[in-house]
Amino acid sequence: MSARFAAHPARFAPLLLIAALLAPLFADDYWFNAILIPFLTLALAGLGLNILTGFAGQLSLGSAAFMAVGAFAAYNFQLRVPGLPLLASVVLGGLTAAAVGIAFGLPSLRIKGFYLIVSTLAAQFFVQWALTKFAWFSNDNPSGVISAPRLLVAGHDFSGALGRYWLTLGIVTALTVAARNLLRSPTGRRFMAVRDMETAARVTGVPVLRTKLLAFAVSSFYCGVAGVLWAFCYVGTVEPHGLDLTRSFQVLFIIIIGGLGSVAGSFLGAAFFVLLPILLDHIARGLLSGSLDAGNLENAQKLLFGVLILLFLIKEPEGLARLVEVGWRRITELLRRRLPALSQVLARRTGGHTYPEIGGNREI
Amino acid sequence: MQFFLEVLVGGLLAGVMYSMVAIGFVLIFKASGVFNFSQGAMVLLGALTYVSLVERDFSPWLALLVTLAGMVALGVAIERVVLRRLVNRSPLTLFMATLGLSFIIEGAAQAMWGAQVHGLELGVPDLPLSFSDVFISQFDLFAAATAATMVGALSLLVTRTKLGIALRAVADDPLAALSVGISLPRVWGAVWAIAGVVALVAGLLWGARTGVQFSLSLVVLKALPVLIIGGFTSVTGTIVGGLLVGAGEKLAEVYVGSLVGGGTEAWFPYVLALGFLVVRPTGLFGEAAVERV
Repeated sequence: MSARFAAHPARFAPLLLIAALLAPLFADDYWFNAILIPFLTLALAGLGLNILTGFAGQLSLGSAAFMAVGAFAAYNFQLRVPGLPLLASVVLGGLTAAAVGIAFGLPSLRIKGFYLIVSTLAAQFFVQWALTKFAWFSNDNPSGVISAPRLLVAGHDFSGALGRYWLTLGIVTALTVAARNLLRSPTGRRFMAVRDMETAARVTGVPVLRTKLLAFAVSSFYCGVAGVLWAFCYVGTVEPHGLDLTRSFQVLFIIIIGGLGSVAGSFLGAAFFVLLPILLDHIARGLLSGSLDAGNLENAQKLLFGVLILLFLIKEPEGLARLVEVGWRRITELLRRRLPALSQVLARRTGGHTYPEIGGNREI
Repeated sequence: MQFFLEVLVGGLLAGVMYSMVAIGFVLIFKASGVFNFSQGAMVLLGALTYVSLVERDFSPWLALLVTLAGMVALGVAIERVVLRRLVNRSPLTLFMATLGLSFIIEGAAQAMWGAQVHGLELGVPDLPLSFSDVFISQFDLFAAATAATMVGALSLLVTRTKLGIALRAVADDPLAALSVGISLPRVWGAVWAIAGVVALVAGLLWGARTGVQFSLSLVVLKALPVLIIGGFTSVTGTIVGGLLVGAGEKLAEVYVGSLVGGGTEAWFPYVLALGFLVVRPTGLFGEAAVERV
């Protein structure tokens, strides 16, 4: 019986989507610009890295580089190919990032584990250097900071806060569904096989090389599209500066805290990283009434992030995704004991069965 | 030719500084398999603590002593509070834990001592010496001598002391070491403490060169390719790797960088390291890991 109530929170994704669709009813421009759009963008980047690190087991410190490649590629396609639809250049931006991702993923065929950090760091430093050094990428703009193009899709202007939100939400939702399906397909299982034990995967017939490169390509595609959204929909300018090593680390922390190897975890982690600084800012301003200056606030934030990362790694390696799952299980359990009638309704609502889980107790 | 030699020697000596940071890495990696990203943060903390103490009217020796004690305490504390709770977890998890550690150490160092740039004077003049028309910085020579002394002291420690032998035993085979009564936590604590001391020495030398500031903790990003080239488990390797990276990046910047607009130092070491990896996946002196299913 209790299994019937172990309805997984991920099953509420449709409800969350409805909430996202209703967001314009109560959210204002601040919510769109400072919370919802960066949240969706970072969640997509986190999902991209999670595919590579959480599912295929290849560590990367170059996510922000692939975001930058995507952003600049989409900008240049938009600029140099007249009449190219916006969505097409978003896809082309992602594909360019995927190509660059494959190039820097090639060494993973020969090296593994920590040695791979070097390849992805090389990507991070090289891409940033190339984008700032060669003016062609930024259309010979002297400042190197270029404004994003107008966001026209099928004749509609998506440049307002609400429009950018719809655009981001649409792309992120579509890609999330695609990722979920991919990760449940044989390809996704091969990713996990390579992650869990490469040698064993090889001897059971998994084409390890192709699987790894595919993981790099898919991951970089997601990061690239996230980069396009970051530049076009969030900051509104295309520049390499916001997409440096710090951003790569942030994306990594998003999936550590959210949950490695969990699609939902990427979203939880991103929400956490967007909301926590705002919360800290409010606390510093409210409780301490501004006695903490910006530098100290940044140090405090760093300390707190560090402690949280350690805490999650030690206490809950599967991250917020797992915490939410456990929390949900507790609530349904409590309901079952206290209010059997209600819980039965709930169980029926959310489809009462769990399906067999592969690769640890992870829901993807 | 003379210019080439000057660039080469300057690069080699800069490489010695990279090796100093990389040595701390190797010690920890060998003994516990932890890829310690927080080594850079420890460099920053060591230098910053020393400078701040001197500025608060501690005599240099007392400041050095206090800082040393602090670094040892930090190493032991990291083992107690963090590593002991992460025993038997995947290397990836341990690496990410050291990322978190580096955030904590950087945040704490700057919260404690402030974020401004401090000048650091070690009493070694930075004057060029001339050797048959090739100018070499006196300070760089001093740094190289310090590094050589440190490597010598470390190899004595490893070969001649009981702790060193225990350390090598653990690096060789942790299970066998355990069974003959070596306490793993104690060895790990010792290794982290030694790495802290190495970080302090590196921090003082780097700090005297560039000023003590946040960018010191980014030295870790230069030490990474050094490690890759030298292999994760060899002190000799880090020296060779450091020299290769130092000389390579300076020569590349001077002779190739001018063709593409400069700034190649940011990525050149990584590309060099990648080149080495493709030929030798375990680095020049690294040991190949045997994999079992």
